Amino acid sequence: MIRVADLSVVLDGRRVLDRVSLDLVPGQVTGLVGESGSGKSMTALAVMGLLPQRARASGQVALDGRNLLALPERELCRIRGARIGMIFQEPMTALNPLMTIGDQVAEVLRLHQGLNRRAALGQARERLDRVGLPAPRFPLSLYPHELSGGQRQRVAIALAIALRPDLLIADEPTTALDVTTQARILDLLKDLVRDEGMALLLITHDLAVVAGMADRVAVMQNGRIAEEGPTGSLFRGPRHPYTRQLLDASRPAPARPASDFPTPLVQVEGAVRDYRTADGGLRALDGISMTIGRGESVGLVGESGCGKSTLARAILGLEPLQAGRITLDGQVVDAGRLMPRGLRARMQVVFQDPFGSFDPRWRVDRLLAEPFHLTGRPPDWRKRVAEALAEVGLQPTDARKFIHQFSGGQRQRLAIARALIIRPALIVLDEAVSALDVRVRAQVLDLLARLQRDHGLSYLFISHDLSVVRGITDRVLVMQAGRVVEEGPTQQILDAPRNDHSRSLVAAIPAIPIDWS
Amino acid sequence: MRIGLILGCALAGLALLAALVSSFWTPHDVTRLDIAQKLMPPSGVHWFGTDQLGRDILSMAMLGAQTSLAVALVAVAVGMAAGVPLGLLAAARRGGWVDEIVMRGNDLIFAFPSLVIAILMTAVLGPSATNAMIAIGIFNIPVFARVTRGAALPIWVLDYIRAARVAGKGAVLISVQHVLPNIASLLIVQATIQFSLAILAEAGLSYVGLGAQPPTPSWGRMLAEAQTMVSLAPHAAIIPGLCIVLTVLGLNLLGDGLRDRLDPRLRVLR
Repeated sequence: MIRVADLSVVLDGRRVLDRVSLDLVPGQVTGLVGESGSGKSMTALAVMGLLPQRARASGQVALDGRNLLALPERELCRIRGARIGMIFQEPMTALNPLMTIGDQVAEVLRLHQGLNRRAALGQARERLDRVGLPAPRFPLSLYPHELSGGQRQRVAIALAIALRPDLLIADEPTTALDVTTQARILDLLKDLVRDEGMALLLITHDLAVVAGMADRVAVMQNGRIAEEGPTGSLFRGPRHPYTRQLLDASRPAPARPASDFPTPLVQVEGAVRDYRTADGGLRALDGISMTIGRGESVGLVGESGCGKSTLARAILGLEPLQAGRITLDGQVVDAGRLMPRGLRARMQVVFQDPFGSFDPRWRVDRLLAEPFHLTGRPPDWRKRVAEALAEVGLQPTDARKFIHQFSGGQRQRLAIARALIIRPALIVLDEAVSALDVRVRAQVLDLLARLQRDHGLSYLFISHDLSVVRGITDRVLVMQAGRVVEEGPTQQILDAPRNDHSRSLVAAIPAIPIDWS
Repeated sequence: MRIGLILGCALAGLALLAALVSSFWTPHDVTRLDIAQKLMPPSGVHWFGTDQLGRDILSMAMLGAQTSLAVALVAVAVGMAAGVPLGLLAAARRGGWVDEIVMRGNDLIFAFPSLVIAILMTAVLGPSATNAMIAIGIFNIPVFARVTRGAALPIWVLDYIRAARVAGKGAVLISVQHVLPNIASLLIVQATIQFSLAILAEAGLSYVGLGAQPPTPSWGRMLAEAQTMVSLAPHAAIIPGLCIVLTVLGLNLLGDGLRDRLDPRLRVLR
C-alpha cells in the first residue's frame, strides 16, 4: 500500500499542493477529482517522483515504509515502472512512433527484469492479450500509427502494467477518447484492478466517470483535498460546498420542451465528400441530408471520424462537396471564393480548442472585430466589441488584453463573442465545451441558451458526448461512418434510442446513479 | 545562452560600427600608396600595420566591412523579398500544383553547388559587387521559401485560421495578417544566419577576384593578396581573416541567441 501523508509542494514560491493525504489501497480505485489547476496532476507527479526540478516537496509518500520523496534518483528509477505505473491523457504522444508496440512493452521488461529479447517479447504478447489486443489481429510488429486512439491507450496500459505494479496512476486516461471507447477503457481498468490486485489512482475532472469506477473519492481544490470519502456517501451527502457545486454542474440539464421550427434555415441535400488517402479513399460524408430550422438548435453526435466535423465545415463553406448541395436561406453555400460575403456573414463558428482559436499576437478587440471583414467595420466598432464582451460576461477593459491573459473558459466566451459580433443567423459549435471543466461548461452552456433566446439564433452543436447536448439542443442527429443513422427530438434519442449505434452511444455515457442524488 | 547573445551583439555591432564610420572617416586614405611603408608590422601609426602597397590595414578592414555588410544585406534582402512570399504562397496552396512548382523550383536551385554557380554567374555577367549580391541573393531565395513554408504549414491548420476564413478572409489576407506575424521570429533568426553565410560567400567570391573590384577594399581580396607573403608579414593575412571569422561568429551567436529569445515554444515557459 502507498500512503501519501501531508504532501506539500512549493513551485516558484507558490504552494501548489497543501497537506495532501491519500491512502492508495491494493485492489481499490481511488478517484481524484478536481478542475484544471487544482493540483491533481501535480499529486501524481509527486508520487512518481517526477516533480519539476524547481519544485520543493515536503511530507511523505510511503511505499514499504520508505519515503519516496527522500530517495535518490537511481533508486526511484527502479521503483518507477516496476512498482508504480502511469498512463497519460494523450495516447497519441505517449508512445514512441518509431518502435513497434511489442518492442515498447518488451523494453520495460528487459530494463527492469533483465529478460532477453525473446522472453520479453513473449511476456509482452501476454500483456497485450490482457489489455484486449489479442494476437492474431494485433501482432507485436505493429507501429503506433497503425492503431486507433483507444488501441494506443491500451498499449500504454500494457506498458504501465507490464511489471505488475502495486500502484497504477491514470491521469485523465479517457479524456481524449470517444464516449464508447472511454467506457471500454474504464472497464478494462476496473478488471485489471480486480484481477491483479493493484491500487488505481484515477485522476479526472469528470465526476460521472468516478461515480462508476471509484471505491473512494477525493475532491481537490486549490492544491488541497476539500473532501474525501467512500464514493457512494460522498455523492449522496457532500459536505463541502465545492463538492456540491461540482455535483450540481455534473447533473444532466433538463431537456428542452418540444417545439416546432417550420422555416428551414440550412438545408443539406445528399452531401458527399471524399478524401483521397494513401490507401485508396475515404468517404467522409456519404449522401447526408438534414435541415436546421430558424431558431432551432440541432445536435450532431458521433464518434471521432464519423464525419461530423466535415459536415460542419461543409456547411460553413470551408469544405468542397463532390455531390449534393447545401443552402442557407435558399442561397447555395459553395466552398471557395465565389461565396458572397452577405451569405458568409450569416454564419459563424466556435471551435473546441480554446487555445488554438485565437491568433496569439492580436489583441482581443482586433480578434473580436475580425468578422467585420465581411460586413465592413462600422464606425462604432469599439462600442460593438465592448457590448459583445459584456454580453458574454467579460469586462470592456478586456479589449486591450492579449489572449494568453485569459483562462480556457474565458477564451471560449471570447470565441462566442467573436461569433456573435456580426449577428449571424447560425452558429456552428464544434465541440465548443468539450475542453472545459464541468462548472465552466455548465456556465458556457447557460450562456449559449440565453444568447439563443435573446437573438433567435440557430445552433449546430457538434459533440461526441450525448450528455452534453441534452440541455442545449431541440433535435439530435446521430452520425456513423458518414451517414445519419438516427434523427429525432433530443429527449427521445437520449431516453429511447432505436438504432443500435445510438443505443451504444447512450449506454456509454458515464452517469451518476439517480438514487445517489 | 545570454552570454552568447551579448557577445554576438557586440561582434556584429562592431562590424556594423566599423562599416558606418568608414563611410565618412578612416584613419588613413586607402587610395594613397606608399611603397616605402609596405608590409610594416602593427605600430602606433598603423595599428594593424600596412599591406604590400603600404596601405593602412585598419582602414582597409573598415572599408572591407562596409563592402561585406552591404553585399550580405542586399543578398539577404533579395532572398527574403522573393523567398518569403513564395513560401507563403506554397503554404497557402499546400498540396496543390502551385506548391509543387515552387518547391520543385527550390529543389532545382538547391541542386547546384551555390558558390560554383555564383562564380559562373559573376564570370558571365562580369565581376562586380552588384553581381555578387545578385548571385548570393538568388541562392538565398529557396532557403527562405522553404523555411517560410515549413513554418507556415502548422499555422494553417490552427483554428484561428479557420475562424479567419469564416470571417471571409482570403489566402493573401490570412497570410499577411495571421501567418507572417506568427513566423516572423523564425524568419529573423534565419535572416541572421543567412547574413553570416552571405558574408562568407562574398569573401569567397572576392578571394577569387569575382567580388568587389579594386580599389574598393574587401576582406576576401585582402586575404588573397596577403597569402603569398604570409611568412613575411603574417598580420596582413591574419587581420582580414579575423575580421571574417569574428563577424560570422558574431552573427551566428546572435542568431542562436535570438532563436532562444524568440522561439514561441520557449516563450510559453517564461
